[in-house]
Amino acid sequence: METPIARTSRWRRPLPRKRGRWAAGLAALVVLAGAGTWTATADDGGAAVHRQDRMMRVDGVSIDTSYFATGGTQRRPAVLIGHGFGGSKNDVRAQAEQLAGAGYAVLTWSARGFGKSGGEIALNAPDREVKDVSRLIDWLADRPEVELDAKGDPRVGVTGASYGGAVSLLAAGYDKRVDAIAPQITYWNLADALFPDGVFKKLWAGIFVTTGGGCQKFEKRLCDMYERVAVSGKPDAAARALLTERSPSAVADRIKVPALIVQGQSDSLFPLGQADGMAEAISGNGAPVAVDWIAGGHDGGDLETDRVRQRIDGWFDRYLKGDKGADTGPGFRVTRTGGIDSTDGAALTRGASSDTYPGLSSGGETIDLGRRTQSFRNPAGANPPAISAVPGVGGGLSQLSSLGVGLSIDFPGQYARFDSAPLDKSLRVTGSPTARVVVDAERGDAVLFGKVYDVSPDGKQQVLPSQLVAPFRIPQSQQGKGVQLTLPAIDHQFDAGHRLRLVLSATDLGYASPAEPTTYKVTADGPLSVPTAPALKTAAATLPWWTWGLPAGAVVIAAALLFTARRRTVTPAPDPTLAGVPLQITGLSKKYARSADRYAVKELSFRVEKGQVLGLLGPNGAGKTTTLRMLMGLITPDDGEIRVFGQAIRPGAPVLSRVGSFVEGAGFLPHLSGRANLELYWQATGRPAEDAHIEEALEIAGLGEALARAVRTYSQGMRQRLAIAQAMLGMPDLLILDEPTNGLDPPQIREMRDVMIRYAAGGRTVIVSSHLLSEVEQSCTHLVVMDRGRLVQTGPVAEITGSGDMLLATSAQDIAEPLVGKVAALPGIGSAVRTDDGRGLLVRLDGATSSELIAELVRLDMPLTGVGPHRRLEDAFLTLISGGSA
Amino acid sequence: MSAAVDATEAAEAPGYRARRTLPLRVEAVRQLRRRRTLLMGGVLAALPFILIAAFAIGGTPSSRGGGDRLTLMDTATASAANFAATCLFVSAGFLLVVPVALFCGDTVASEASWSSLRYLLAAPVPRARLLWSKLVVALGFSLAAMVLLPLVALAAGAAAYGWGPLELPTGGALAASDTVPRLALVVAFIFVSQLVTAGLAFWLSTKTDAPLGAVGGAVGLTIVGNVLDAVTALGSWREFLPAHWQFARADALQPDLEWGGMAKGAAISVTYALILFAFAFRGFSRKDIVS
Repeated sequence: METPIARTSRWRRPLPRKRGRWAAGLAALVVLAGAGTWTATADDGGAAVHRQDRMMRVDGVSIDTSYFATGGTQRRPAVLIGHGFGGSKNDVRAQAEQLAGAGYAVLTWSARGFGKSGGEIALNAPDREVKDVSRLIDWLADRPEVELDAKGDPRVGVTGASYGGAVSLLAAGYDKRVDAIAPQITYWNLADALFPDGVFKKLWAGIFVTTGGGCQKFEKRLCDMYERVAVSGKPDAAARALLTERSPSAVADRIKVPALIVQGQSDSLFPLGQADGMAEAISGNGAPVAVDWIAGGHDGGDLETDRVRQRIDGWFDRYLKGDKGADTGPGFRVTRTGGIDSTDGAALTRGASSDTYPGLSSGGETIDLGRRTQSFRNPAGANPPAISAVPGVGGGLSQLSSLGVGLSIDFPGQYARFDSAPLDKSLRVTGSPTARVVVDAERGDAVLFGKVYDVSPDGKQQVLPSQLVAPFRIPQSQQGKGVQLTLPAIDHQFDAGHRLRLVLSATDLGYASPAEPTTYKVTADGPLSVPTAPALKTAAATLPWWTWGLPAGAVVIAAALLFTARRRTVTPAPDPTLAGVPLQITGLSKKYARSADRYAVKELSFRVEKGQVLGLLGPNGAGKTTTLRMLMGLITPDDGEIRVFGQAIRPGAPVLSRVGSFVEGAGFLPHLSGRANLELYWQATGRPAEDAHIEEALEIAGLGEALARAVRTYSQGMRQRLAIAQAMLGMPDLLILDEPTNGLDPPQIREMRDVMIRYAAGGRTVIVSSHLLSEVEQSCTHLVVMDRGRLVQTGPVAEITGSGDMLLATSAQDIAEPLVGKVAALPGIGSAVRTDDGRGLLVRLDGATSSELIAELVRLDMPLTGVGPHRRLEDAFLTLISGGSA
Repeated sequence: MSAAVDATEAAEAPGYRARRTLPLRVEAVRQLRRRRTLLMGGVLAALPFILIAAFAIGGTPSSRGGGDRLTLMDTATASAANFAATCLFVSAGFLLVVPVALFCGDTVASEASWSSLRYLLAAPVPRARLLWSKLVVALGFSLAAMVLLPLVALAAGAAAYGWGPLELPTGGALAASDTVPRLALVVAFIFVSQLVTAGLAFWLSTKTDAPLGAVGGAVGLTIVGNVLDAVTALGSWREFLPAHWQFARADALQPDLEWGGMAKGAAISVTYALILFAFAFRGFSRKDIVS
């Protein structure tokens, strides 16, 4: 009688003493031992998955289990996950947590002889490992959160890879409570896998035993059998029987649950033929079957873990949860390797699928191999052996074959080869090619290893698809007559121009072959039949959604960025009343960058009329250049408006084409000549070449021969003149010159002054900014005086300088105060003020002439040293500025 | 409405059309005779000859026996096609990044540093139009640099090693007639995958007045991307790094043309580039030009 003892810390509820029918009459003892350590695994987004570890005892053997489930009491299907040979329950923990998070109660366990479980390895014996699974199902049936189909019969699926995959098949055969299975890369008949066609697969068998921990870890019968076969090199009937009776194929007629069969193409241990056996038997029993050939396998390569897990999830969702909408995938899918992922060197894969599993001989073409007879030797000791798959060492070796690189060796004189003619079109082989041959051995059994190579057009390279080879033992009774050879099942594309090459070799590294030297004679007795599975359709390359989504999203984002930028610069309508006014500035303000209240220009307003030469006068830092930059649309005002010929100025406003500018120095491409610079500048405006008047402009620049030199060789003054010439290109209606005489010598300054006056005389308008009084005084008609960003005064030059004439009379000695009073009292004199140094007298004439004044001064005995016009503008300027700052 | 149009018409100088400003031809002429352009062209045209000399001095790669890993370098002297492919692959990682960063990073910033930018803008060349012309010409020059290298390599390789099929390092060979389209595909992919660098450089170019800053910044950030891609801990996040896909160019030389990596790499690159270009246009359209 079983005595369940629940002493777990989390679930204290005593387990109900209900037993399923399997429990009845069985003396098995399941002890739920230990404190049941449990942990919660936070799963991304999902509910936390709790894990309980506990030892169960079955027939006195302790089985180490882990139970995974999210909290909550709603009933859910259960899944058992078995591990691979040589592993333990820990190997499948990630998948268990994932499935538990997806709403399953998941139980994993270490099989007998592995991990912390006790007992010995019995290779999934029905009364041992398989029975353990039934006990685990018993335990699940008692879980309050596990869904039941009937009392003691939980809704349960079994999955696992390799060893764990076989136990899922066996559990489905022996325990009717299993509702769905998903065996991966496993065997159908272990005898066929390890002793194919009666040839001992010695390398794999040895690795298999070693992985299990050595022969002593196995049940004694198995160990004895292995040692016997390994020594003789030839499996006997008892060995075959022992493995066969423990294989899923022994219960082939009893596996009637939906089965997702995942098998590896790079698998020389459990080749595709094993999956074929499962699919045939299970679908023959009427259960739904899907077959998936993954790229990797026991020989290495991509096991496609994520995709396979997703398929298993879908499979269980459909057949355990009963979710009819769940995607169980196609009836048959094969992963095809297309090339190498250049980002990580991994093989690139692509799926081909069909609705039903076509088997290994669907569709077909025949490839003629000729009828030659070839003789070759079986070397003594079967050494050196030919090399195909090398288990353990392989890694991704077999993957390379899909890339046209192969490591496979046949020794000359030890094999027969039959070549097809070059293919006239490419041929995709999916399944097992077959060939009829007649074999004769000098003595004893003929043991041959058959493989089909893909030979490049030049014959230099041959590729063995998946490195697979099929052994054949042809006893003497079969010799001398035609025998059918079933070659390894593959999925491989033979390109047009390539040949198929059937090679029958006497030896192979992975197998035991007769040690006695002998000679084989092989004749191809018919063509090579190759299955093509015509129903199979290659899926279009699956690119992740973001391959199209991200660029499309980027277009949207880019459009949004550009659209929101444009909205700020809505151009106000032109003002027709101002169409004849070259410039009107209203309330213009601009703060310094990154400053809240410091203004470079503040509330500036002035107006320029046609034909004026306007001087923009102010000390350095007055905001002249900032104003001009705003006028050119280079910087955006914080407030106010600039209108040129009635058009509001915006960055790139078309009206700027009527404005020529020279602001803050020249800007040329240093590697080009002066002439090329002007020509390209004009071409950049897009206007007709004849409108440029380039020769007139160049004449003003007066650069002569230097025009052909690169601008980088120019002096400051030369650049300056070239820049002014550039500003005059096209004879703009409004010409803006910022400090035009900087760096010019006096004759050039005078010339420049004349140029400006002439320019304005033609009805055009010139704005000259300067901090030099002489410049504006002598050439300007109007003035705008700025200081510290503000307008100080605006008007005609004469108006600013005042109506009266001012004379400065200088004296040889200090001028006495009474004298100043006398002068001021003279008729026709507006005012007289003594200068600060005391030797000068500032006199404003109010009716009197300068000669009358001189006469009066002489009369008053003033020792005159000179009388001249006083630079009133300078005073006015300084007064204005100091007034502004006061 | 029509009155407004008339007023607008009158507002411009005769013959001025915003769409005709800074034509591509003019911008190309302005850039073409610069020393950096000529130097870049010279370096790329010289590289194949340097490699030929290196192979002549060091012996052909195949004659050295080589290691156990087969690379394109081992087959470099097999034919002109192999040589051109080798030249492309050795330079794609860095040498071809430099012209892209240079042409796209320098284009606006150098105008700003010469002060010629303000005269173009006041001409007026509308800001978007200016950027468009500069971007097209910079990308055109970048593409020309990438085409120049394999063309010179093909010609020099044909003279040195003869014209023949492209021998693939993974085995097999591509017929000579397939070679040029495949190499063109490699160039096209390298170009598209470097749009990120172009976008970065161009954006920085509109941000700074220092041409070297824009070029160096773009190259630097490209290197940072490569470094990040080496951090395997980032897992699948690396798929969104442009550098992650840079070796997809090798897919064009696989026996079966593999589009996946190139499609993904191009998608990532175009995505980043579009957004960076948009930032460049947006930022520049409202920027105060103080250079």
